[in-house]
Amino acid sequence: MKTTVPASRHSAQRPRVATVIMKRELGAYFSGPIAYIVTGLFLILSGILFFSVFFLQDRAELRRFFDNLPILLSFFIPALTMRLFSEEKRSGTIETLMTLPVTELDVVWGKFAAAWISAVAMLVPTLSYVVTVALFGSPDPGPIVGGYLGALFLCAAFSAIGLFASSVTKNQIIAFFIAFGISIVVSTMDVFLIFLPGSIVDFLAYFSASAHFGSIARGIIDTRDLLYFVSVTLLFLVLTVEVEQRERR
Amino acid sequence: MIELSHVSRTFGAFRAVDDISVSIPSGQIVGLLGPNGAGKTTTMRMITGFLAPSGGSISIDGMNIAEAPVAVKRKIGYMPESAPLYSDMIVDDYLRYVAAMQGVDADAKVASLANVCGLTEVMHKNIGELSRGYKQRVGLAHALMQDPEILILDEPTSGLDPNQIIEVRNLIKEIGRTRTVIVSTHILGEVEMICDRVIIISKGKIVADGPTEEIRGHFGHYTTLRLTVGGCTRDELVHLLGSVRGIGALRDANPVYIRGEAAPVSLMLSVEGDEEPRPAIFRLIADRGWTLYELAVQTSSLEEVFRALTVDAATGTGTSNEEVV
Repeated sequence: MKTTVPASRHSAQRPRVATVIMKRELGAYFSGPIAYIVTGLFLILSGILFFSVFFLQDRAELRRFFDNLPILLSFFIPALTMRLFSEEKRSGTIETLMTLPVTELDVVWGKFAAAWISAVAMLVPTLSYVVTVALFGSPDPGPIVGGYLGALFLCAAFSAIGLFASSVTKNQIIAFFIAFGISIVVSTMDVFLIFLPGSIVDFLAYFSASAHFGSIARGIIDTRDLLYFVSVTLLFLVLTVEVEQRERR
Repeated sequence: MIELSHVSRTFGAFRAVDDISVSIPSGQIVGLLGPNGAGKTTTMRMITGFLAPSGGSISIDGMNIAEAPVAVKRKIGYMPESAPLYSDMIVDDYLRYVAAMQGVDADAKVASLANVCGLTEVMHKNIGELSRGYKQRVGLAHALMQDPEILILDEPTSGLDPNQIIEVRNLIKEIGRTRTVIVSTHILGEVEMICDRVIIISKGKIVADGPTEEIRGHFGHYTTLRLTVGGCTRDELVHLLGSVRGIGALRDANPVYIRGEAAPVSLMLSVEGDEEPRPAIFRLIADRGWTLYELAVQTSSLEEVFRALTVDAATGTGTSNEEVV
């Protein structure tokens, strides 16, 4: 019984395999309690931070919410991504997964897509803030649309960072802290810069996620900001593929 | 056709597999036998593409794994040791997921596989709640999903109870009629029961490779005969055997009770060299007028081969095979 698969069918199957992996991850995530705990906590925490000043400032805008987002997501996205690879390595299921007809890239894409969707799903309930703000005044739609667009990119970058952190260890807690560490440094880099000499500030400032996110969230969509997030995302996805390929060697 | 050519694998300074060359034609059931840590799992992981060899090359039907990993993996169904599966999924969902990964029509395949592997009653249970035997069967269903030409099973019967072991062995035999199967085990009896060919690995090297019958029946340093004779004393018998060529060490065997025979003598004889000593033994005993009750090759002869080949000559430490079934 010999089956020869033409090369064209192989390449056509790659997205299908990644999609199957993504669906399985999403199924595992949403059928368990973690999805609801993490999303609930995120809603509570971001709500407290937002509404505690919203009524004081008395301005119909979501700026405070978006200002806090990089730091909040630095904490919450690692909680979503920490198990993606480390759990497979701890339990040994990585062996049954990697010996199916898949490449490392398929697996990384599938898991990344699942992480990104989970992260975005966490933001969906915050649309109620938009409704609340709209009830009390007439907010400018530009910064809100920009804020959510920026949040999509921010989620992608942090999901990739989280996935990478999960690939380097069997321990979920360590994966969480590595991801949190990288994300928080990237988020708050512009804050640290005051300690550094001026000559490298401009250079390093480019790597601050908050600065890029901030400008998108003001409603200014600059390709450089989007390119920044796309680069960070791709960088960490490539690193994750590299880590996985190294495990075979 | 699976071809390993000078394959080795190192982990840091440790050589888990050391220059293995072997070729397995289609349709064989091959037993990979060796003590724990001999390199069986590492070898299987390299054939399945989970680990890359540090040296040498592996090809399947002429395709090199390093060059066409996906095409090669498509041909292989693999069950790792202790069948690691997603414990939070129910069996039906899991098999459907595997079908989707393999590009197989789940509706047609999952039900028939569940039938073959005896899973119909547990299809809606969580994998994490299954007994070891059932988990192993889900692992087998996983490996059989795309009707692979090659099936690789790492310790498929470990941790199962005797009934489950028999079921899994029968399943492997059944499956092996139409495909190439590689089974690793440290249970000798298993190899004798299901395999056409045995490859014995010790310390990362192949120490024996041949048809099961040939290795088991290999007359030479590894065979032990059990001899029971009536009508003589032990000393007379030992003296007589001293004149037979090809007999090495003698030791007393557990005595047997024989009706109407006061004191039968039982001995274990190690055969040396390639000489077949049984005709000579028979004639000498018959000439003396003694009664020959028993002259048999010990059935655990593969065990003897295994012991002889895997014992470290330098330190004299034996490898454990207490778990022989």
